[in-house]
Amino acid sequence: MPKDGSVVRLDGQGKPLWLVLELTYRCPLACPWCSNPVDYERYDNELTTEEWKRVLREGRELGALQLGFTGGEPMLRKDLEELVGEAHCLGYYTNLITSGIGLSEARLKALKEAGLNQIQLSIQSSDRAMTDALVGARAFDHKLKAARLIKAYGFPMVLNVPVFRQNIELAGDILAMAEDIGVDYLEFANIQYYNWAMVNRNELLPTREQLQRAETVVREARKRLGGKMTIYFVIPDYYEERPKACMNGWGSIHLTIAPDGAALPCQESRLITGLAFPTVREKSLAWLWNESPTFRKFRGTDWMKEPCASCDEKERDFGGCRCQALLLTGDAANTDPACARSPHHHLILEAVARAGDPSRSHEPLVMRRATQAEVDIALG
Amino acid sequence: MNDESEKFSPRDRPVINPLYLFRWEDSQQAYVLLYPEGVVKLNDSAGEILKRCDGRTLTELTADLQREFDADAQLVERGVQKFLEESHAKGWIRRQA
Repeated sequence: MPKDGSVVRLDGQGKPLWLVLELTYRCPLACPWCSNPVDYERYDNELTTEEWKRVLREGRELGALQLGFTGGEPMLRKDLEELVGEAHCLGYYTNLITSGIGLSEARLKALKEAGLNQIQLSIQSSDRAMTDALVGARAFDHKLKAARLIKAYGFPMVLNVPVFRQNIELAGDILAMAEDIGVDYLEFANIQYYNWAMVNRNELLPTREQLQRAETVVREARKRLGGKMTIYFVIPDYYEERPKACMNGWGSIHLTIAPDGAALPCQESRLITGLAFPTVREKSLAWLWNESPTFRKFRGTDWMKEPCASCDEKERDFGGCRCQALLLTGDAANTDPACARSPHHHLILEAVARAGDPSRSHEPLVMRRATQAEVDIALG
Repeated sequence: MNDESEKFSPRDRPVINPLYLFRWEDSQQAYVLLYPEGVVKLNDSAGEILKRCDGRTLTELTADLQREFDADAQLVERGVQKFLEESHAKGWIRRQA
C-alpha cells in the first residue's frame, strides 16, 4: 500500500544519466567566455547523422535519461530535428541549449513536432548594445524574438545568463525581462574559468561586492515571485572556499560527446594534458564509459592525494574540479585550489586580488574568433 | 502563505505540472519525473500516487489506491494528503482548474 512518499534523487548507480552531445564547435557568436577549447578549429571532423544516432542508441542502452544538444551552436546542424526525433523515440528527455541564433519559427515548429522537451536560451544582459558587444554580433533582438517564440510554442524554458563583471549589475533588469517573457527557470550562472573565460579572467571576474549585491537582488526576487519562476544562482567557486562538486564526480553520471566523437567526462576535460580521449568512431559507448582509462582515472575517491584523501568532505565535493586543478596547479590529481584546504589556494586569492586591483590597466576582451596567436599572447 | 499551499480537499483534482514529464523508466525499474536538466526517481508509493494525478478528484484517487492495494482507508488518506502537499510545494503537481 502507499506509504508516505519519500523521494530519492538518482545517484546514477554507475549509469551515465546525463548525455551531452556537442554537435559542433561552430558558432556565429564570438563570446569571450566560451567553454569550447581555444583550439576548437582543430576538431573539424564532426560526426555524421548516422554516427550521432548510434551514440543515441548506445546511450539509452547504458541508461542515459537526460540528453543535451549543445555546441558551439547546435542550430547550425541541419539534422538537429532528425536527431531530436530519434532521441525522442528512444525515450530521452531532450534539452536544446542554444544562443537562439538560427532558431526560426519554422525550425521551432519542426523541433516541437520532433518531440523536443525543453529549450535553454542564453542571454547576456537586458541591454541591446551591451549584449551585442559582449557576443560580438547583433544578437540581442534575435534572442528576444526567439525567447518569445519558445514560450508561444509552449516549451518549458530556461533562460541562462552567464554572469561576469560586465553584466552582474544588471541582475535586477534581467529579472524583470525574464518575468516579462514568462520564463520558467532563470539561471544566473557565474562563468567557470576555463578555456576562453580563462584567457579573459582578469576582465571577467566580478568582485565580491558585486556578487553580494546580485545575491540580494535574487533573494528579494525569489520572495516576490514565489513559485512563478525558479531562480538559480550559481556562485563562483573563486569566492566559496570550498570547491564545487564538479559533475557530481568524474565519470559518475555525466558523459559528453565532443563534435569529433571524443568521449569526455565533462565539456572542459579536453584541456587536461596527458589524458587520451578515444572517440565513438573507435570504441563503443559502453567501453568508453566503463572501461576507458580516462573515465576510470578519477572515478571514485581512490585516486585522491592529500588533503582530499583524509578529508571528511571528500564524498560531498569529490575533490572539486580536475580541470581547474590541472589549469592552476599543473596536476589534475591535486585538490581543486578553490578549496581553502588546498596548499594552492593562494592561486585563487591572488587571481581575485589581481582582477580586482583598481590600479590594474584594463585589456580588451579576447573574442572567441581571435586567432591562436592572439590567444597565446593573452594567456601569457 | 496563499491558499495554494493548503490541504488538498476531496474535490481537488491534482495533475502533473506540465513542466514535468512523468513516466516509467525501465532502466531504473521506477517511475521518474523528468524536467529541464533534472531527474527525480520516485519510490513505489510516490509513483502510484502520481500515476493517478490525471484529472480525477482526490476522493477518486484515494478510493482507487485503497481498492488496488487493499489498504486501510485512513492510512491511505493521510499518506496521500502528505505526499500531495509535498509534491505541490516542490512544484510537481497543480490543482486542475
